[in-house]
Amino acid sequence: MPTTLTEPLAPSREADLVAERSAARRRVGFGVATALLGLVAMLAFGIGSESGLDAVFVLSRSSDAVQIPDVTVPARATGLVLGVVVAALGALLVTGVVRRRTFLVFGVGLALFVVALLAWAARGDDISIIGLLDGTLFRATPLALGAFAGLLCERAGVVNIAIEGMLLAGAFVAALTASAAGTPWVGLVCGMAAGVLLGAFLGVMAITYRVDQIIGGTVINIFSLGLTSYLGTQVLARYTDLNDPGAFRAFGIPGLERLPLVGPLLFHNTIYVFLVFVLTAALWWGLFRTRWGLRVRSVGEHPRAADTVGIDVLRTRYRSVMLGGAVAGLGGTWFTLDATGGFNENMTAGKGFIALAALIFGRWHPVGALVAALVFAFSEELQTRLALLDTPIPSDFLLMTPYVVTIVVVAGVVGRSRAPAADGQPYVVE
Amino acid sequence: MTTATEQPPAAPPPAGGDGGDAGAGTGGGRGRAVVARLADLGNALVIPVLALVTALVVGGLVMVFTDPETLDEWGSFLSDPLGALEASWDLVSESYEALWRSSVGTPRGIGRTLVEATPLALAGLSVAFAFRAGLFNIGAAGQLIIGATCAGWVGFTWDLPAPIHLPLAVVAGFLGGAAWGGIAGVLKARTGAHEVITTIMLNYISYRLLDYALRSDAFQPPGRDDLISKPVRESARLPEVSLGEVTVHAGVFVALAAAVAVWWLLERTTTGFRLRAVGANPDAARYAGMSVPAMYALAMVVAGGLAGLAGTSNILGRPSFSLTGGYYSFIGFDAIAVALLGRANPAGVLVSAFLFGALRSGSTGMQAATSTPVDIIVVIQALIILFVAAPALVRSIYRIKAGRGTAQTFTASWGS
Repeated sequence: MPTTLTEPLAPSREADLVAERSAARRRVGFGVATALLGLVAMLAFGIGSESGLDAVFVLSRSSDAVQIPDVTVPARATGLVLGVVVAALGALLVTGVVRRRTFLVFGVGLALFVVALLAWAARGDDISIIGLLDGTLFRATPLALGAFAGLLCERAGVVNIAIEGMLLAGAFVAALTASAAGTPWVGLVCGMAAGVLLGAFLGVMAITYRVDQIIGGTVINIFSLGLTSYLGTQVLARYTDLNDPGAFRAFGIPGLERLPLVGPLLFHNTIYVFLVFVLTAALWWGLFRTRWGLRVRSVGEHPRAADTVGIDVLRTRYRSVMLGGAVAGLGGTWFTLDATGGFNENMTAGKGFIALAALIFGRWHPVGALVAALVFAFSEELQTRLALLDTPIPSDFLLMTPYVVTIVVVAGVVGRSRAPAADGQPYVVE
Repeated sequence: MTTATEQPPAAPPPAGGDGGDAGAGTGGGRGRAVVARLADLGNALVIPVLALVTALVVGGLVMVFTDPETLDEWGSFLSDPLGALEASWDLVSESYEALWRSSVGTPRGIGRTLVEATPLALAGLSVAFAFRAGLFNIGAAGQLIIGATCAGWVGFTWDLPAPIHLPLAVVAGFLGGAAWGGIAGVLKARTGAHEVITTIMLNYISYRLLDYALRSDAFQPPGRDDLISKPVRESARLPEVSLGEVTVHAGVFVALAAAVAVWWLLERTTTGFRLRAVGANPDAARYAGMSVPAMYALAMVVAGGLAGLAGTSNILGRPSFSLTGGYYSFIGFDAIAVALLGRANPAGVLVSAFLFGALRSGSTGMQAATSTPVDIIVVIQALIILFVAAPALVRSIYRIKAGRGTAQTFTASWGS
């Protein structure tokens, strides 16, 4: 019967059409957004700006081995030209001349817009690009480590919104133990251990007792905030020498640190930045090129099938969640052993949630998560730099940008970003 | 996502008293039905009560092992074991006694507790309402701030007679919160953006918006440069009501009315049925022809409005008639605990809001009397949610057999 042949085809044709239509809608959406950015750049940074002012982009510091000359551009012309280019990119998307890689085109448009914004903000002044990028890398560290923690948990099928609480616990324990022991290395190890403990706690709730995973994570967040605040007032405020951890120092990798631009940027840092790069590579290799990674992913995608071929689902999930906890704890130690010289109440201030957004934006992939963390960190760093320059944008609105970016990204990308199939579902062994 | 294959959707909690238990009616005579319902009520109460007791015990242990003087006593445990135990007992019992005294031990304390409980109840209803539609509203804090900002602005900017002014300010608070919650709801409905992330981000944005508003001339009283708004006019304030020595403001009755309204909407209307159906199993609801996105959007609008009312009761009533910076976030997080402890059911939310209000209003008295930091309250609250969220944990501690139909899944996994 011919109908049996055509029937199964019909729904898939329909699905194709739906997918095509939603892709077109996304393309037009990105196109309109890009065109608007271009218009803003043209009007605000170009036509609306004072003429005759130059912006200076500083590309190296006096301490760098290789000095790169500053780049001077006319601010108004830069705004105008880049605005036109960005608006043209938007028009290409809207009219359908460019149909593929729409997000990439949008990204390029956004980057050019940021350059125009920088030229406008620094008109008649200079802005340190190297400082901006260095600050981005610095701020990206806890976000990337938090996102890696979430990655390890969620690839194994356990939703981890407790990253925030794990970071906070890691920060507290690191401050306490590093101060007591007199070396930050002890703090690093103990902070990771605290993360492992909280990871195991999440595991007990989510895997053994099958508590709703988002609620389990919330419990850890509230618990961690309460306990560290309580102990902060009860212990650290009374014995201030217990809140005086030595910070890790930056060091350079011989040879590589003498490269122009990338040398001081990438190869002269504290241990955390190097750990982020090493972990990105290790996670990619581990998750996608080893038997261990295959097992973790299978447990997160189809636990029943994994169980059938003899993988211990619950044990694999426990291991992943605890490993994730260790990475989150490591990220937490950054707050007290690198960023500041001690623990403050609620010092993570929502970084764990932004890390979670980076994980989703990065499509549950280590490289994607790193890129997303860098994007979020850049928007944070940019906002502090712009607050220093004389811009008429109120600082409260600049402070909002990372959160607005997160919402836009989560709303715009999540449709294309697919969570592991069994993410958030408890598994019952039969 | 289909949690249904692993865990059947939970039966409505029996404590609601709305006939969720079909077995009771078919069991036989009325007497037996009443007994069955009482037993159900008992079952429903066992876990929260045990959770509270366990949390207080563990909280006491945390107090003992972080108090320097008591730890010193433990240092000499071998030479004087009774001394250590006595010091620990004194510390914990004195702390809890002071907590009791300044929260529910006196009529004034009860009034204070009720006033503290009011925004918690409203925000708790907000989180509970979203739970019933399968959404996790972490954004009560932000919705509350926007609601309080709108209500406060109406309250101190306009000059109207009280019978118009007060209702207008309350409606403004509801609408402000509803709009803020609606953003997350519409994003969830249209793009699938997970409400946990969007509401958290909206919280941070609302903190900044509040700071910005409080620095603007429209909000800041002339001659001040700290983050505070003008006080709300007399005509927009919630009137004080006294019953004997217990003094509360009218917001308490707003909270009670809201609880009844939420119960009615969820249990007695078609819309409520749809909301609960979507919450229990979105795939089944979609298959039955219900619009899942519309229900998500509606749930977040109503939840936001309820949280907005929580902010409204806080700004139009005691303790403060002026908006201040960085003041409200704790209510939003306590609201999650209140909703979980109340099992996402209006009556339960009222009871647990009273409990948390008591903890909150007693904690300052406790710190004054025994120098136990108020933060211990947060630890105790986290323990309460932990034990309520993990009934199996409590059962295994007290070796209780599992009841039937007690598994409760509030949220589905990430997005669609």
